[in-house]
Amino acid sequence: MDLDFDAADEEFRTEVRDWLSAQVPAVPLPSLETAAGFAAHREWEATLAADRWSVVSWPEEFGGRGGSLLRWLVFEEEYYAAGAPGRVSQNGINLLAPTLFENGTAEQRARILPPMARGEVIWAQAWSEPESGSDLASLRSTAVRTKGGWLLSGQKTWSSRAAFADRAFGLFRSDPAADRPHRGLTYLMFPLDAEGVTVRPIGRLDGKPAFAELFLDEVFVPDEDVIGEPGQGWRVAMSTTGNERGLTLRSPGRFTAAADRLTALWREHGDPADTALRDRVADAVIGARAYRLFSYRGASHVLHEEGGPAGAASSLNKVYWSELDIALHETALDLLGPYGELADHAAESPAGGAWAEGYTFSLAGPVYAGTNEIQRDIIAERLLGLPKGRR
Amino acid sequence: MRFFPDAEQREFARSLDALLTAGGTPAVIRSWATGDHAPGRALWARLAEAGVFALAVPKEHDGFGPLPVELAVAFEALGRHAVPGPLVETVAAAALLDRLGDPDTAAARLPAIASGTSLVSLCLTSLGPYALDADAADAVFVVDGDTLRLAAGAGPVQPSADPARRLSRPSGGAVVARGPGVTAAAEYAADVAALATAAQALGVGRTLLARTVAYVTQRTQFGVAIGSFQAVKHRLADTLLALEFTEPLVHGAALALAAGDEGAGREIAAAKVTAGEAAYGAARTALQLHGAVGYTDELDLSLWIRKARPLRDAWGTPAACRTRVLAG
Repeated sequence: MDLDFDAADEEFRTEVRDWLSAQVPAVPLPSLETAAGFAAHREWEATLAADRWSVVSWPEEFGGRGGSLLRWLVFEEEYYAAGAPGRVSQNGINLLAPTLFENGTAEQRARILPPMARGEVIWAQAWSEPESGSDLASLRSTAVRTKGGWLLSGQKTWSSRAAFADRAFGLFRSDPAADRPHRGLTYLMFPLDAEGVTVRPIGRLDGKPAFAELFLDEVFVPDEDVIGEPGQGWRVAMSTTGNERGLTLRSPGRFTAAADRLTALWREHGDPADTALRDRVADAVIGARAYRLFSYRGASHVLHEEGGPAGAASSLNKVYWSELDIALHETALDLLGPYGELADHAAESPAGGAWAEGYTFSLAGPVYAGTNEIQRDIIAERLLGLPKGRR
Repeated sequence: MRFFPDAEQREFARSLDALLTAGGTPAVIRSWATGDHAPGRALWARLAEAGVFALAVPKEHDGFGPLPVELAVAFEALGRHAVPGPLVETVAAAALLDRLGDPDTAAARLPAIASGTSLVSLCLTSLGPYALDADAADAVFVVDGDTLRLAAGAGPVQPSADPARRLSRPSGGAVVARGPGVTAAAEYAADVAALATAAQALGVGRTLLARTVAYVTQRTQFGVAIGSFQAVKHRLADTLLALEFTEPLVHGAALALAAGDEGAGREIAAAKVTAGEAAYGAARTALQLHGAVGYTDELDLSLWIRKARPLRDAWGTPAACRTRVLAG
């Protein structure tokens, strides 16, 4: 058992740090949930990709560095510690790309991954439907066979980044007669500017169009944009959800950086007599450390081929990071006292609005990527072996 | 990097589990609680044979150590079986005597600790006035400020909320050492004790969870196993979450101590408060989900339930640990 990095890993860390300190914009970019911010973030993604920093764990042929999971964790730690911009391309990189690596064709990988890595094509996830959230098996949008492809119809909603994104990926019911609800689903990709697609941005709690609903009216998708076999969409999708809940979506670097900022905030503004708040600060800082070490252990397992944090274990991850994120941000707002109320775009909002925007974002954590209630069911049934029951 | 126990460490934990399962610890614990230490000492000797105490003693005094990572692995197993006795205090005393820089005292005490022939208790008055299981110990050391004494007697036992933890105020005794060396050695010993307590609490929590999962799977109400109710599932899922995220903190703290990292004390404090809260949370959940039978001392579950709260507060209260985490 050890926590030491070898010399090559340390060298990698230094290289990342040096590059970031030279390249990270001195003035924070506008929020990526706005039109102007989205454009600015695309440029940043291109800057990252130019020196092959946008996807360090991907094979070199797709723009990556072929880095191990451990290297990726190191990169992420340095990335967030440097205060680098949020990643507008993360839906594609973290959710679609792993699916393509696992289930896509060589042609799909070659066509889709490099422009994704460069931020030229930004992807949105189109899974949820108005009557179908965590229970994906209940979704109703359809894919109907036509010459050379499929016609998509129906409504998708809560699609993150879809207000400004270029393309989307999602599940559609291709065989309404299938004997079980999760059978007869097909995994497809489609352009958001295609004929028959209407995108209606939805304001989230802070009013920013962070997601959108999509209305699809016989949108044509060629066969080459089906991922995996038609009718096997559920199985393909399940290979992605582990990534979404697991550490690739919410890397520990994000939380350790927030914990460091929280500690600094406590030292600057904390009232030593307020032991209740002190305890919350300490717990959030400890939580970030626990999450980091838990992630290193998972990566270490993968590295030594002893099985990783896949499958149901990713549910532990999801509940933990989503609650930790809220704890970090709520505690920061409490430390800020009267300034905690200010919206992130308020001129006087502390830290350029980072705490306020991060707080809003954190509130969605227990809801998306499979609600925490569903995750706790999975933990209880698959990790503890408790009997299935009525929800 | 290989941040999980290696084959040898896992095998060590498995062999301790086998030894302790065969040793019938519940009966040993109940005897210990009445002041009958014989079965506990016999178990102690077998643990020593397995190498547990040698992990805290350096090679020149017949030990294998100090090996904080292996100690953490061992103490988690001791917690899983709720083994009674001044386990933490003995390894902390070994750490203190090793660090003291007094070769005669070390030579006189450490080999006996490694071999299991000597049970030792230790009291740091800065953390509280009581020594654990002093009535069973062969030696009781007390650190008061910069003075280390070998207590003359155990003093009357003040019953603890956990009857298997027997508390008393050690009295009088001869001064063994004095000065800044004592203070520094005591600080190190307190870190070792906090780490071992954290690991022990983690083990206690693991057993509480395992026993409760087994219970809710067979116990039925309204015609179905109560483990199929979502409220029950979620409470146990939260218990598992707390324990799963405690384990890497304990191992990380052990590695930091082994490496002599400057921030090791902070990491141990983080592990200690987290393990203590996780074990106590597991105890509350175990009690609730067992219902009234969980509220009895007849069920062996009580042996773990009652240990959780004292372990949470021993060798660093949650408040003290949280303060330390934030200290620069």
